[in-house]
Amino acid sequence: MVTIGACVKEPGSSRNNKTGSWRTFKPILDKEKCIDCENCILFCPEGCINKDYDIDYDYCKGCGICAEECPVEAIKMERG
Amino acid sequence: MNISEKEFLAPGHRACAGCGATVGVRLALKALGKNTVAVSATGCLEVITTPYPETAWNIPWIHVAFENAAAVASGVERALKSQGKDAQVVAFAGDGGTADIGLQALSGAMERGHNLIYICYDNEAYMNTGVQRSGATPYGASTTTSPHGKESFGEDKPKKNIPMIMAAHGVPYVATASISFPEDFMKKVQKAKETDGPAYIHLHQPCTTGWGYDPSKTIELGRLAVETGSWILYEIEDGDFRVTYRPMERKMVDEYLLAQKRFKHLTQEERNRIQKNVDALCTELKI
Repeated sequence: MVTIGACVKEPGSSRNNKTGSWRTFKPILDKEKCIDCENCILFCPEGCINKDYDIDYDYCKGCGICAEECPVEAIKMERG
Repeated sequence: MNISEKEFLAPGHRACAGCGATVGVRLALKALGKNTVAVSATGCLEVITTPYPETAWNIPWIHVAFENAAAVASGVERALKSQGKDAQVVAFAGDGGTADIGLQALSGAMERGHNLIYICYDNEAYMNTGVQRSGATPYGASTTTSPHGKESFGEDKPKKNIPMIMAAHGVPYVATASISFPEDFMKKVQKAKETDGPAYIHLHQPCTTGWGYDPSKTIELGRLAVETGSWILYEIEDGDFRVTYRPMERKMVDEYLLAQKRFKHLTQEERNRIQKNVDALCTELKI
């Protein structure tokens, strides 16, 4: 039902929508190679890489920006 | 720089894979922190973050219409002030909602001196409705309403210079930024926050759908715009103009243009004309 003023009361409720299903290619991070530069965290359009560099595949759309911006090529894009 | 580790824009939003706008908003909100109220004009950002009854925003957010983000932000700012609440008001609008449709509301808000930040995320056309040209579409770009072909060359007018129009209002802080230079951008957002009075930031943001390039290249394209001198990063603090980033060696504009489908139709001669214009401005600014 539509609320008065189309008010949405639950912050961040877009989490209900798992955009990971959009993905064709999946970023795989090799933590051994990672130099903790935070590029992938800052540049992720979904904000789905946390400070421990865990990628949330429920939401990752597979755009590949993280792999592209990784200075040490620690992220590889694989099908899936 | 004090940057929040928290995310204020939740995932699950409907932005295209590789969207630059959401990167910009995430960075801005990280710099501003939790105590922020956001206002959006109609546009990509509004549509992708709030497919009713869901919202991606983890902070209070309001959308009213295409033309009045700055007017709504003014009202929110005054309401918070009269209630004695200390929160930063930030308005996000695209280039269409800023350069064309929202210009009078923005001008009014700047003139009245409200204590708010207005961030224009500029992807250089109306992307949400299918890539129609806006006042901020650059010279030469092909869009659905400025197509290239036998009868038309693509966009035949230069990009409207909104940050300088804002500077002409005499507001205390005006800056340009790029999502590809996050530290520079976030510093500017924090300066805007510290500013007493209106602050305007014009954020350049590549769009994979409208510009025609692979989604993984969003940040690379933004960087190329700056490295070629096609987009210049500066700030104007109380009237003092300062370039905040100078490329070590300026790249040729061709490198930026040829990486995008919207400029693919340009002949060498036309690209040279664009290069000449960029050279003239960069020489003036010693870039």
